[in-house]
Amino acid sequence: MTTATTDAATREQLLDMQRRMHEIRFFEDITKDWFSRSLVRGSTHLGQGQEAVSVGVTSALREGDTTTCTYRGHATVLAQGAPLDRAFAEILGKEQGLCGGKGGSMHLTDLSVGALGSFAIVGAHLPVSTGAAWAAQLLGTGAVSATFFGDGAANIGTFHEAMNLAGVWKLPVLFVLENNLYGEYSPIATTTANTDLRVRADTYGMPGIRVDGNDVEAVLEVARQAVERARAGGGPTLIEAMTYRQSGHSRSDPAAYRPPGELDEWLARDPLLVAARRLGELGVSEAELDAVRDRAQETVRAAADRALAWDEPAADRRFDDVWETR
Amino acid sequence: MSTDTLTPGLVRINYRKVIARALADELATDPTVVFLGEDVGVAGGAFKATEGLKDRFGDRVRDTPISEQAIVGTAVGAALMGLRPVAEIMFADFAGVCFDQIVNTLAKYRYTTGGQAKVPVTIRMSNGAGSGFGPQHSQAAENWFLNVPGLKIVVPGTVEDLYGLLRSAIRDNDPVLVFEHKNLFALKGEIPAEPDDSFIVPIGVADVVRAGDDVTVVATQQMRHRAVQAADLLTAHGISAEVIDPRTLVPFDMETVRASLAKTSRLLVVQEGPPDGGWGATLVARTAAENFELLDAPPRLLACDPTPVPYSGPLEDAWLPDAQRIADAAERLVDY
Repeated sequence: MTTATTDAATREQLLDMQRRMHEIRFFEDITKDWFSRSLVRGSTHLGQGQEAVSVGVTSALREGDTTTCTYRGHATVLAQGAPLDRAFAEILGKEQGLCGGKGGSMHLTDLSVGALGSFAIVGAHLPVSTGAAWAAQLLGTGAVSATFFGDGAANIGTFHEAMNLAGVWKLPVLFVLENNLYGEYSPIATTTANTDLRVRADTYGMPGIRVDGNDVEAVLEVARQAVERARAGGGPTLIEAMTYRQSGHSRSDPAAYRPPGELDEWLARDPLLVAARRLGELGVSEAELDAVRDRAQETVRAAADRALAWDEPAADRRFDDVWETR
Repeated sequence: MSTDTLTPGLVRINYRKVIARALADELATDPTVVFLGEDVGVAGGAFKATEGLKDRFGDRVRDTPISEQAIVGTAVGAALMGLRPVAEIMFADFAGVCFDQIVNTLAKYRYTTGGQAKVPVTIRMSNGAGSGFGPQHSQAAENWFLNVPGLKIVVPGTVEDLYGLLRSAIRDNDPVLVFEHKNLFALKGEIPAEPDDSFIVPIGVADVVRAGDDVTVVATQQMRHRAVQAADLLTAHGISAEVIDPRTLVPFDMETVRASLAKTSRLLVVQEGPPDGGWGATLVARTAAENFELLDAPPRLLACDPTPVPYSGPLEDAWLPDAQRIADAAERLVDY
């Protein structure tokens, strides 16, 4: 497994990534609270513990690059730069939500920052990122597409079709596999014949790199290498980021299937703690770290308050956006 | 068009070959148009319907793996980045393989994102029965998509309509499914020798193929031609049938049908494919609900049998309504 070299990120970069991870963590915590109070409809899929993957990879991207992600995608869309308040508003089904309340938690999208979409069908977005990369290749923009998906998606057809197409066309795609060890309720070994998912890259003619997905610096480093390779015309990369979903699959899942002690082990390696330890090594004081966390909390709370105060959409708006012209 | 003398400025071409011509005209007009599918480039297509495009347009025409989900998803992703992709699904039956990408990703992208995204993707599929391809290569698959809001559906039945509607589909900013009936591949027609926008056929406009006073027959593609033959047969019985080809199923041109019923008061819908859950049943239901006062007889649907499409010639022939059955059904409505 790839770990970070000593100077993968500067102190300032790491501090900024820590801030973004805190914001995403607070965002998820508030969403969880709203969900428990039935302010969120349907279902929501939380990603506490997986923040370093999205923050690390998107930190290696530049303007014009794009992402797609799963229904457990709040982190990716926020890391790509979507505004906290409008993301909250979408989850609340408000008029000012990113998608006008049409999509909800599973469909956060902000095209203005290159967050092409969150997809509620496992694996459906992988070929969409392949297509964005094909456009970049044809138009010569140099843009890179990163698509985030879980270990569960590695067993659906679109994974293989998109990986193969990207491999054979040498498309600038980062396939970011967030291996959190469970596909919904099922441990990976019960659903996957070979649990070493990195080797899938060999099959489709691209490098496969396994990285500590709870170490944002390590993720940034492998993502940079993959982005550089993609921009230079070298084609796609599979990044298998080992991480852990600290909550269950959804509200109805108490995650009783976990072996005793597993959660505690991963909590001790929480990405926020990993980054904080590294920042401590770089000379950042406890007080500074606390200040970063507290500012993030204030920012997110203020965004949540704004979203709560916004209007719900008029019922008539449901007819908009089916077609270009109503 | 069955005239022997060619109109000046027009060329005679068949339904199969006009596909490459329509694609070429749009590829030449708009540099953002791209085309991808299985063997569409170097091989010129499984039906040789896209020959020459790869040579002329290079990387904008791309051969793909046999991966229908990747084909549709890649088209969607490219569309999000400003391209105008045309994807070929070799047989409409194969839409089953990429059904999710069409109905969940493509159709809902604009809506799910609250109008942020436009996905001007055209999907071309060869459609329909009558040429002995058996149960998994012969279905008229347009009805599968009828209750998925967000997809426009066109079903051209002539060379001119295929040329004009395919070009419209590519220019449309919404997703359009274009069904090309493979039993019409040899049908001849006339299109302009040079690209001419006046031959573009608007989406959502029906064509009154033949005027008549006693009964309205609505049919598409292969059935449209059989309906015209039936109208000839009915003439001998003193019955004047009006034949309407909707050409587009979504959005559906109800107004043209209604105007016809105001004259004829009788509706026969002829649909290729099993009867249930299709555009034919919908048209009958809507007519009963919206235009009941115009009718002098119950609106009737003549469809194929509720079985898969059989392979053997006699079986497939019996499965598809022919001109005589259409004429008989129309006559019964007139006699009602």
